[in-house]
Amino acid sequence: MKYYDKLIFELSEEGRIGFSLPDNPWADSSDRIPAGLRRSVPPELPQVSEPDVVRHYVNLSAMNFGVDTGFYPLGSCTMKYNPKIDEEMSEYPGFSGIHPLQPAETVQGTLRIYHELAGWLSSLTGMSAFTLNPFAGAHGELTGLMIMRAFHISRGDLKRTKVIVPDSAHGTNPASAAVCGLEVVQVRSTAEGLVDTDDLKSKLDDTVAGIMMTNPNTLGLFEKEIRQICDAVHEAGGLLYYDGANMNALLGKVRPGDMGFDIMHLNLHKTFSTPHGGGGPGSGPVGVTQRLKHLLPSPSVVKSPETGRFAIADNPEAAGRISGFMGNFGVLMKAYAYILMLGKQNVRKVGPYSVLAANYIKESLKDKYRLPIPSLCKHEFVFDGLIEANAGDPAREVTTLDVAKRLLDYGFHAPTIYFPLLFHQSIMIEPTETESKETLDAFIQAMRTIASEAVTEPDLLKNAPRNTPVRRPDETGAATRPKLVYRQDKP
Amino acid sequence: MSKIVEGLLYSGSHEWVMVEGETAVIGITDFAQKSMGNIVYVDMPDEDDEVTKDEEFGAVESVKAASDLYSPVSGTVAARNEALEDEPGLLNSDPYANWIIKVKMSDPSETASLMDAAGYGEFLDKQA
Repeated sequence: MKYYDKLIFELSEEGRIGFSLPDNPWADSSDRIPAGLRRSVPPELPQVSEPDVVRHYVNLSAMNFGVDTGFYPLGSCTMKYNPKIDEEMSEYPGFSGIHPLQPAETVQGTLRIYHELAGWLSSLTGMSAFTLNPFAGAHGELTGLMIMRAFHISRGDLKRTKVIVPDSAHGTNPASAAVCGLEVVQVRSTAEGLVDTDDLKSKLDDTVAGIMMTNPNTLGLFEKEIRQICDAVHEAGGLLYYDGANMNALLGKVRPGDMGFDIMHLNLHKTFSTPHGGGGPGSGPVGVTQRLKHLLPSPSVVKSPETGRFAIADNPEAAGRISGFMGNFGVLMKAYAYILMLGKQNVRKVGPYSVLAANYIKESLKDKYRLPIPSLCKHEFVFDGLIEANAGDPAREVTTLDVAKRLLDYGFHAPTIYFPLLFHQSIMIEPTETESKETLDAFIQAMRTIASEAVTEPDLLKNAPRNTPVRRPDETGAATRPKLVYRQDKP
Repeated sequence: MSKIVEGLLYSGSHEWVMVEGETAVIGITDFAQKSMGNIVYVDMPDEDDEVTKDEEFGAVESVKAASDLYSPVSGTVAARNEALEDEPGLLNSDPYANWIIKVKMSDPSETASLMDAAGYGEFLDKQA
């Protein structure tokens, strides 16, 4: 691959202009702005021709790895293929060109999509109502916890300030609880990787606001005792929050509402196949059961039963406002198109196929990679490093990092590594339902080749990757001395 | 194999303690730094802060994860290793030479519950 790391400013040549603008009839419109408020230096914009711009961005895009270039089994991230039609739908000017303050009468179609999507998500999860306003998963968590808190406060129950979080949870769970002003209490996992119900019960009392759970959990295991857990938490007066990060495994098969959860969020950018990574845009809709419906944040979209028209409503009892407007609508539009495209019949196949793909990889590699929890997994699973890693021989010892780097040489994105923290050499693999058996087999073959190389030629792993534009970046330097701003050197 | 130094005391959360009279010099073990990977930030308490045995006194952040530090003894912080502010990686290059804090112990008898080098070695073997 051609190495390309230029900034567009470096291509700039004084006076090179690749466009022509029409005459500007407002050219003197800033004349009355006081001199002190006007810029004295022209903006430093790159001056480039159209071929410069096109080649620059095409070259940059070729340096990237994405689901459009190859298999991306990043555990816990659900990097499924994103159908291009979803993108096309969200780009229709009727959706992309509207203003958030436009009167409701002029955006009936957009409001209808918001309203229908909220209804579909409720049906798919067994919840009573959804807000689509949160901008990402963790924002959804915060919204859900605000609702949990508002529920207890509205009943005059002010003691409930603790949230129970399993030790296998995503880091966002305790972080969201802390941001919401709640105290985090950790509950242990059993040797089988499930929530320790005895430890949980010992922590339940009248100071517990609720519990946050991911099911299947971070190890890809279904929390089989979920009904007992729900009963115990409800009996103690707490609520149950479902982190929808791993909903892909259950989509169309099992509903959090039926398990007994009261509040939940979905990651539309994972389960409902909208492009993600690199910081967004995401979408974290929050669903609640009937008794919490009145606490959902404003604004919401309501449909008049008489006229069938849609309106934007403010909810006087809302737990708070979490967004100025109606969330990341472009992402909502893509999820809407994705659900429509799958339809009722195919949406039921997402979960089973993603589970089948994960188990297929797990069973095909467990003789080469250490499998700490051997039971049936759901959509993802965790290896604890290579079985034969030349441990004890510093010159030849290979780690999970080396395996991950070597995978890049074989054209695969690395899985999630060193998470979850329960194991020291975690490799977390989530294939999703969108990959063919041929792709899965090619990945398995690469992982087996790497396992052999680890024994015969460990240097191949330790010096990997060789075939990528960048070899091993200085991660410590990137974290401690990051260069975040480009400054043009003045001659 | 992780390095263990004779003459130090060790906690189950992988901190080491060197007792110098009433002062406890505290750092993290070789096992801890290896598990963490490249360390990029050390969060330390200020001088004169109180620390309590088995309670959090700071955190170490690496390219992989952030881990809380637990104090093996109770007392008052007498000194913090300022060098770690600029060069947190010192904990990777020699975790035993680079201490994190020194604590003036309020109850030196608390060190009795810590492990010696042999005990910590067995503790690590059991973990593996």
